[in-house]
Amino acid sequence: MNLESMYQDIILDHYRNPHHSGLREPFDAEVHHVNPTCGDEVTLRVRVDGERIEDVSYESTGCSISQAAASVLTDLVVGQELSDALSIHERFLEMMHSQGRGEPDEDVLEDAVAFVGVSRYPARIKCALLPWMAWKDATAQALAQKGVHS
Amino acid sequence: MTTDLAGSPVLRPRPPVGSVADAAEALAGAQHYDVDVVRKDFPLLARTVHGGKPLVYLDNAATSQKPTAVLDAEREYYERHNANVHRGIHVLAEEATAMYEGARTKVAAFIGAATPQEVVFTKNASEAINLVAYAMGNAGASGPRAGRFRLGPGDEVVITEMEHHSNIVPWQLLCERTGATLKWFGLTDEGRLDLIDGVITDRTKIVCVVHQSNILGTVNPVADMVARAKAVGALVLLDGCQSVPHMGIDVADLGVDFLAFSGHKMCGPTGVGALWGRGDLLAAMPPFLGGGEMIETVTMERSTFAAPPHRFEAGTPMIAQAVGLGAAVDYLTDLGMDAVAAHERALTAHALDVLGTVPGLRIIGPPTPIGRGGAISFAVEDLHPHDVGQVLDELGIAVRVGHHCARPVCQRYGVPATTRASFHLYSTQREVDALGEGLLRVKAFFRL
Repeated sequence: MNLESMYQDIILDHYRNPHHSGLREPFDAEVHHVNPTCGDEVTLRVRVDGERIEDVSYESTGCSISQAAASVLTDLVVGQELSDALSIHERFLEMMHSQGRGEPDEDVLEDAVAFVGVSRYPARIKCALLPWMAWKDATAQALAQKGVHS
Repeated sequence: MTTDLAGSPVLRPRPPVGSVADAAEALAGAQHYDVDVVRKDFPLLARTVHGGKPLVYLDNAATSQKPTAVLDAEREYYERHNANVHRGIHVLAEEATAMYEGARTKVAAFIGAATPQEVVFTKNASEAINLVAYAMGNAGASGPRAGRFRLGPGDEVVITEMEHHSNIVPWQLLCERTGATLKWFGLTDEGRLDLIDGVITDRTKIVCVVHQSNILGTVNPVADMVARAKAVGALVLLDGCQSVPHMGIDVADLGVDFLAFSGHKMCGPTGVGALWGRGDLLAAMPPFLGGGEMIETVTMERSTFAAPPHRFEAGTPMIAQAVGLGAAVDYLTDLGMDAVAAHERALTAHALDVLGTVPGLRIIGPPTPIGRGGAISFAVEDLHPHDVGQVLDELGIAVRVGHHCARPVCQRYGVPATTRASFHLYSTQREVDALGEGLLRVKAFFRL
């Protein structure tokens, strides 16, 4: 069954026990992103301190893929320098557009490498990207507020 | 029903619906309905997916598959008769016009319209609803005949909480343009309209309601809605997308003023739908889109407009698709809509039984086969429908997941989305059983 390539245990584990979930104070920007075709929704907050991602907190409803993606995202970017976080984001995007052919670097993407199987399913790529798009939007808003241009 | 090429209508007399005798006749019809024979008319149903698994197509509320007769009709039109319609004095133009207008005649007979001129071809049902909404918005700048359609502050438009977005958004936009107020009937916990008094008032100009909900499957009490609307002089628009393909429809019996439906859900091609409107209303309605075909005379200053239905069909229409829809109507008529409805009723009852055996499954909508059709939404514990649908797809079972363009319904029942199985005249009990088994596999996969 191909399903195991999409629903790897890492993904199901994050789905059942999401990391960093819940909305926290303080935060610099909050966004609400939806996937209008399937009803997935995420509210996501970002706190930035100088060039560092201090915190990412979120509340979401959605499928296992989008929920797990939010959990993995927070593991990857919280505590990172902004430029490193954006570079991880780029690598994740690259993998998600690889149609299953990517060979992701586990040193960079850690648990997120499990999503390479999802990239073979066009309808589900947007599920995996939903929290990342929200994070990028919230981070840009946080930086704009502080007068920093990314 | 038969028509000649020029489309002269030969309307079949229709028996009154709803009697005990009819029900008995419908059941008798179902016994002669051989679904395995019917399926042979649909080439796509024979295909396999994901490495040889037979396709179990349960996404019929989204769109239906097409019988060979429809595919052949479109192909033959293009191969033998293709020309633009209503213009040109040559053989092909005359044949194309006759085929296009013949399709109108077939559709009119299928829904019990008084004349073919009461049927306007649109690109889909959404456009049919928008046609009425925009015509009403244009009525303010039209002559006294259009008074019936004029809306302003203080006037009210009534919809329901179970409408498809295409029967919500056009009315929201119309109210924004005109200053009228949008009101709606809410839903009961069982998935039916909560028909309280006070929603329809003497300020109500139009009541827009779905005949059969695409997400809940509920079949609404049209007669009750019509009685309430008529009592205050309001118009009634019925969204028939999920009813016209699945049951015998007679607009005169229903008593509504407008009926919108799509071709592709009734075994016809995509790109064609229809608006039926009562003749006197269409005649008084201002145009929606301007362009070729819809005019009477044009000067540089102003234009006068053609009579319905052409007033509402600006530009070259979807000729081949309309011809295909005409073939679909012939196909459905040959099967007999009473037989189709009886088949689907039995299938829906079986599906509710099967789904009831899946532990942790909750039906969202009426739980019994009474007053509901064959579109069944459900939740499997707290699994997201995307995950349910993904595992089912792997098994070859096509269902729809999401909010089904009825987000307010999902909000009403506290779910982000639903999984929906929906049947058609070629669906089988085997397929329903496969769905039940598939859902057990879903639960096992996610270790529930």
